[in-house]
This record gives sequence, structure tokens and C-alpha cells, in this order.
Amino acid sequence: MHFPILSVIVFTPVCAALLMLLYKPDQKKAVRITALVTAGVVLLLSTIVYFSYNKAVAGYQFVEKYSWMPFLGISLHFGVDGLSAPLVLLTGIVMLTGVMISWGIEDRPREFFAFLFFLASGVLGVFASLDLFMLFFFYEIAVFPMYLLISIWGWIKTREYAAMKLTLYLFIGSVVALVGALAMYWQSGQHTFDMLVLEHANFPVSFQNVWFPFVFLGFAVLGGLFPFHNWSPDGHVAAPTAVSMFHAGVLMKLGAFAALRVGIMLLPEGAKTWHWVIMGLALVNIVYGALIASVQTDFKYVIGFSSVSHMGLVMMGFATLTREGLTGAGLQMFSHGVMTALFFAAVGMVYDRAHTRDIPKLGGMAGPLPLVAVGVIIGSLVSMGMPGFSGFIAEFPIFLGIWKTQWVVAVVAALSIVITASYVLLVVRRVFFGRMPAELEGHIRPINAFDKIALVLLCAIMVGLGLFPALMVPWVQTGVQHVLSLLGGA
Amino acid sequence: MSTLQSILPEILLLALAVIILILDPFLIEARRRLVLGWVTAGGLVAIFAVSLLAGRPGIPLLVYGGMLRFDWLGFLFTLFFLFSAAVSALFFMDVDRLNRRAEAYLLLLAAALGMSLMAASADLIMLYLAIEMTSIPLYLLGGFLTQDEKSTESGFKYLLFGALTTTVMLYGFSLIYGFSGTTSLYALSSHFSKLDALSAGVFILVLAGLAFKVSLFPLQFWAPDVYEGAPAPVAGFLSTASKAAGFVVILRLFVVAFPALSANWTTILAVLSALTMTVGNLIALTQKNIKRMLAYSSIAHAGYAMIGIVAYSQLGASSTIFYLIAYILTNLAAFGIVTAFGRVAGSDEISAYRGLSRRNSALALGMLVSFLSLAGMPPFGGFVAKVLVFTAAIQNGYIWLAVVGVLNSIVGLYYYLNVLKVVYLYRMEGEDEEQHPVALSRPFVISLSLLMIGIILVGVLFAPWFNWAHGAALNLF
Repeated sequence: MHFPILSVIVFTPVCAALLMLLYKPDQKKAVRITALVTAGVVLLLSTIVYFSYNKAVAGYQFVEKYSWMPFLGISLHFGVDGLSAPLVLLTGIVMLTGVMISWGIEDRPREFFAFLFFLASGVLGVFASLDLFMLFFFYEIAVFPMYLLISIWGWIKTREYAAMKLTLYLFIGSVVALVGALAMYWQSGQHTFDMLVLEHANFPVSFQNVWFPFVFLGFAVLGGLFPFHNWSPDGHVAAPTAVSMFHAGVLMKLGAFAALRVGIMLLPEGAKTWHWVIMGLALVNIVYGALIASVQTDFKYVIGFSSVSHMGLVMMGFATLTREGLTGAGLQMFSHGVMTALFFAAVGMVYDRAHTRDIPKLGGMAGPLPLVAVGVIIGSLVSMGMPGFSGFIAEFPIFLGIWKTQWVVAVVAALSIVITASYVLLVVRRVFFGRMPAELEGHIRPINAFDKIALVLLCAIMVGLGLFPALMVPWVQTGVQHVLSLLGGA
Repeated sequence: MSTLQSILPEILLLALAVIILILDPFLIEARRRLVLGWVTAGGLVAIFAVSLLAGRPGIPLLVYGGMLRFDWLGFLFTLFFLFSAAVSALFFMDVDRLNRRAEAYLLLLAAALGMSLMAASADLIMLYLAIEMTSIPLYLLGGFLTQDEKSTESGFKYLLFGALTTTVMLYGFSLIYGFSGTTSLYALSSHFSKLDALSAGVFILVLAGLAFKVSLFPLQFWAPDVYEGAPAPVAGFLSTASKAAGFVVILRLFVVAFPALSANWTTILAVLSALTMTVGNLIALTQKNIKRMLAYSSIAHAGYAMIGIVAYSQLGASSTIFYLIAYILTNLAAFGIVTAFGRVAGSDEISAYRGLSRRNSALALGMLVSFLSLAGMPPFGGFVAKVLVFTAAIQNGYIWLAVVGVLNSIVGLYYYLNVLKVVYLYRMEGEDEEQHPVALSRPFVISLSLLMIGIILVGVLFAPWFNWAHGAALNLF
């Protein structure tokens, strides 16, 4: 029996949340320190998991299994493979940087961090779960704290509307997927929710064709797939900075990951039938998301819609059902997670100082905030898929995969790269360079040490991964290999 | 000895009621609230413990000339009633004009006694008596605050509708006896082996009485008015224990007495369940008063719980019982919070809950836990309960019913979240919440903490509870 490291990772945040709720409301400093230490511990443990994952052996590792409800075959079953290990690591990174960026929250920080950590436990639980029931259990836990986090600490103008919209969208998606999962449970006849068993349940093709859309699209709502993406830009914009980071950085990956794990991996024949539809929807995501992003004047909406566009690439990678596409999608989930966390952190820093996100009213921010400018520029390069950055190693294989499947789609999707390049560069120029408006002159405080650490950490990961793809590609490849074997060795 | 053991909780309940009556004249006014409340709650907890230790059933056994059946199903529900009554007694302690009156506690005990007999009844006559024994104290409790017009209206409304539907049910019982010559539930099944005008008629008549008890559509309309007017802890008791009592009778009566007609009555119940959920949730959307909202939500929950019975299987019955466990804990907590808050705020309007998270963050957190559990969110009891009933429905091909249930959960989430929004997001007029703290008395702190722990335990470590429910369901099939 090895050290149950995954359980510790999953349950540490929720234990910390309960501990924080026991503090007195005015013990703000103690709350922040607890949050920081917890996030640090989670990041440390997830780094250990990531680097000690044995790529030569592949498969699911660090497996723990505790029988939870034998009557229905539910067990608490954790394990990571090459696709989920990077995502656990990503969650650790976003947790730590998110806590650092939210250091200054003054309104009920105790509740803020407690809800945020409940959410984190849910997210980690989904990435680590190998049991379908528990996956839903954690998935729902990851959804509802969002409502409170956005509605209480969000942007006052849209928070009520956006929070409710987001929660209902995600809840509808998850319950639709749940019905599909229960159908799978009975169809398999194995009386187990264990996904390792269900992977080999050989569901009849007609069953798979019926239920695949329920399961895949149900989860894809959280992945931001068109036409269910509508909640996401509103949600990102209304959310407070750390929550936007979590949300775009990790939660959308949760949807994409669950769609892959439950949709494609358990119902591979269904995926083969429906992959053209998914490709079509993802193509709309990519191009339409980029186009909408390019006409936004609110800095945060630009990033929100660019997330829609980039998550489209992840879905597109899945839909190709090829080695290249899936590998790229796996890398894109991580790369986009880090990139978008950085973007939202930067937007938050600018907004906290300028009190506006309206791009025409901003300018010259590179002067007082040089590090933020550097961060956003690096993020922009990642976002365009520039070689030498993590975006390239993610997007390039996706396009290879699309080309292999249908070159026309690849050509249309590639348009988005041009559009993305144009709007991110434009935004960088307008916000960070040029003349600073007179009313902002002298009001821009420098960022604090925690902000700097967070920015540097996020940038370093993107550049590091771009320069040394070997730090992640082999992991993802082992995971993809398994998916391909389920798809019939394609 | 074993026949006495089979009614051990009932005997002890009666003894406790007598103790309360004897104590009453000797108490000075200043101590009445404390002594009466703690003796009732403590006594109920003691009965709970003693029953669990010494009153556990073995092989199912018909006792007292076939009047009662001593089995896990009845025993488990008796435990539910004891628990709900104990928690309600603690809630009673902080309702003015209720907390110093021995009659209130006495009526609570009498209702619990009636319910536990309902759960064990194996004979139509016994069943009818038990139902009346439960209902009459509850009518009185609903109208207990005689100076309060709404409470009087509540008690009277409950009495009128209750009496009417019980009479209809009694008519059904008499027809059953007239045509079959027996009143024993366990001897009826051979007389109702095929669908004809008689069995359909009898079924509808009996269902009317039970549908009223569990507030199934179309007999749900009384619930909001009664809950709104009744003292909040009484409404809590009505919506949990009384409803669970209705469910155990439905389970036993229909499964045991009409197994041959199951295809017919499950179809009827499936339609009623879908309508109940939908009507309850849709009307709850528009409510401004929290007690009315909870009343409609509890109507909707009767619909969800019914799904398991519709599934007509061991898993289905177990999941309904599990649903009731989660629901009793959650709804008691919700009504407890409403009691505690209503006492300070003097209002049950949802808008009065503005700024609660700043006035008492623990109470707000309790509200979060119980409302999210009602909405069916993990890691709280409501989530597992919902998934279980849907699982059972899908197993038996009721996919459409599971889908209706799922859609209803979405509507439910919306209005529960709207209340939480008021609690966490909105502020009091003047934004001076610190000046208006909401203090909780000791009985509330104890009972609410207990319920919160229960909600989370049921939601996280669900296997032991499910095994209990399953043990009870085994007595049916």
C-alpha cells in the first residue's frame, strides 16, 4: 500500500476550507495564510505526482480503490494517466497563483477562499476519478460554488445574471450527461460504475449512437462548445479575478476532459458516428469565437471569447480522433489553462488600478506595469501559437490532425490564427503602449510581490514548455495511446 | 416477550407522554420551556437509543392478531419519526406560545406514536386508526396559536381536507372488506389478482387518502396554506415525518396488497409523480414567502420520492426510503432555520433574509447546506438520493420519468439559488448588519448542528444508510 497521494491532493483543499470556516470572520490574515499554504501543498504534491508518473509503464498510476457502496458497485477509485496528470498539475498551479492574486480581497475572505477550495477539491476529484459515479459527484461539487463566488465577489453590473446563467447551463449539461451515464450503467450489465470496467463493456453500436450525444454534449457545455458556450464569456467577465482564472483555466478543461473520458473513451463507436458533428460545432467555436473576440472593446470580454475560440481547438482535436489531434488537444488543455489564467490575472491587475476595462480608455500601461505587459505579450504569443511557446506545441499537432481528417476544415480553422494574432496584438498595443489617458496618469500603483511571483511562474511555464516540449508531450502521448486503443487502434 | 418488544417504542412514547402530563402542573412558569422541551427531546432520544438496542426486529412477524407487522420497514420508519419528533421538540422551545404549553409536546408525541403505528400496520382497521391517531394531533398543532388568525386557518383547513380525504379512504377500505371479506393486508393480494372496475375504484379511493398525506398532485393544494399558517416547527414536522408516514403506508399497502396490479398502479403513480414534481417546482418559482416556497418544494420532493416506488423493485423501494432519510434531515434543517430566523426577524418573507450571511454566518452556511441538499447537490444527502431514484427509474425503463425528474431538478436549483442569493449577496437596508445579529439559542445550535452533520454524512458515506433502507425494502419484495 503506497502513500494515498491522490486522495490527499483531492481532499486537502476541502479540509482547508472547513478549517477556514472555523476561523472567526475577522481573522483575515490567518485565512489567507492557510489558503496559501494549502495551495502550496497541493501544487507540491501534484508536481510530485506529475514527475513520478512512469511514462514507460503508462496506464493509470497512483491507483487507489476503496469500496464505497458495494450494492451498486460504487467505489472511491482514483488514478491518473498521461492525460489527467498534467491537468492535476495545472489545477495546482492555478490554485496557487489564484490565491496569490486574491490576497487583497477584503469582503469576507474566509468564505471566498473556503468556496474556492471546495471548487478546487471538486475539480481535482474529477481529474483523478476512475469511477463514473464519483466523477459526477465531484463534477457537481465543482459547479455550485461558482454561483456564490461569482454572485458575491463578482463584477457588480452583471454578476447576478451571469452567475445564474452559468450555474444553470452547467447544471443542465451535467444532469443530461448523468442520465446518459445511468443508461450506460444498466446497459453494461456489470453493476459497476468503475470506468476501467465500463471501458471494455462493448456497448452495442446502436446504444452508443443514441447516448453519445447526451454524454458528450452534456459535458461539452462546460467545455464551452458552440452553441452551449454562451454562459462562458459572461461568466468570465462577471467573475472576480481568481475565479476567472479558475474558471477559464481549469473548469473549462474539466468539461472537455470529462467529455473525453466519459464520452469518447466509454462510447468510442458513438464518437466515430458523431465526430463530424462535433468537428462542425468546434469549427464554429474556433472561427466565430475569434471573430467575436476581435470586435470586443472590453478587455475581459476579449479574453473570454478567445477562450471560447481556444477551447474549440481542444474539442476539434478530440473530434479528429487521430493521434495528432488528441495529443494536441491534451497539450492545449494545459497550455490554454496556464495562458488564460495569466491573461485574467493581468486583466484583473489592470482593472484594479485603472477601474475600467474599456480598451479605448486604457493606454500606456507598460510604463507603470512593465511585468504585466511582458506577461500579456508572452500570453499573446502563446495564444497565436508562436513557435518557442507552449501554444505552438499544442496547436500544431491539432492542425496536423485536422488536416489528416479533412483538409478543408484545417484551412478554415487556420483563419482563426490570423484573426487571433490581429486582435491580441491590437489589444496589447492599445492597452499597454501609446499614450496613457490623462485621468489615469499617476493613479497606477505598481503590483505587489505576490502578483509578480504569480506572473513570473505562469510565464515561465509557458516558455519552458515551448522550449522543452519533452516536459509534457510524452505524458500526453501515453494517455492518447490508451484512447486510441479504445477507438480500435486507429 | 417478543410481542411486547415489537411495540417497545410505542410503549415508551406513551410513557413519555404521561411523564410530560404529570410534570406539567408542578412546573413554575419560568422553567416550563426548559424542562418540557429538554424532557421531551431527551426522552425521545432515549427511546431512539433503547429501541435501537432492544427493539430491533428479527424475522418479519405478524403480531397482535395480525394487526401489526414487526419488521425492519416499520422499525426504520419508527426511528425516523422519533428523530424528527426529537428535533421538532427542540425547535418548539423557541416558539412563543408553543414552548410553555405541555399540550404542544404531548400532541407531538401522540402524532409520533400514531405514525409509528402507521408504519407497522398490517391490517386495514389498525391502519385507519393509526392514521387518525396521527392526523388529529397534527390538526391541533397546526392551529395551536389560537390568537393567530393564520394558524387557526391553517389548522382548520388541514382538518377539513384531511377529514374529507380520510373519509374517502375509509370508504375504500370498507369496499375492500366487503368484497374480499378480510382486512388483513397480507391476505388481500389473492383477491385483487386482475384489473376490474372494483379494484380500480378501490385503488383510487384509497389513493386519495394517501395522496393527501404525502401531498401528491392533485391533492397538494392544502400544503402551502397549512405550512404558512402553522408554527414553523409544526410545518417542518408535517412536511417530513407526516409525509414519510404516508410513504411507508403507500409502500406497504400497494406493494403487499396489490402486487398483481403493479403494472397498472405504477403507471398511475408515474404520471402523478411527474405532475407533482412539475406543479410543485413551477409554483415554487413565484413564491415570496419562504414557508410557502418550502411547502411547494416539499410537494416537489414527494414527486421525486415517488419515482422509487414507481420503479417497483427492491432498488426502487430502497431508494425511496433513502430519499426520505435525506429529505427528512434536510427539510427539518430548512424549517429549523426558518423558525430560528423568523423568531428574530418577525417575518417569513424571503426578502427579510437580506444580509443574513453578515448577521450570522453560521446560520447562513446552514441554509446553504440545506438548500443545496434540497437542490440535489453533492456532497449533501440530496444528491445521492436523487441519483438513486433516477437510477432505479432507468433500470425499469422509466427513462421519461427520470428525464422529467432531471428537468425538475434544474427548476429547483434556480429557486433555491435565488434564496441563497438573498442570503449571501443582498444587504439589509442601511447596510448595518453588524447592528442586527441573529442569535441562536442552545436548542437550535444543537439540533441544527446535528442535522448538518447528518446531511453531510448521508451525502458522503451513503452506503450504511442505503443498507438500512435496503434492509427495509427486503421486507416488501
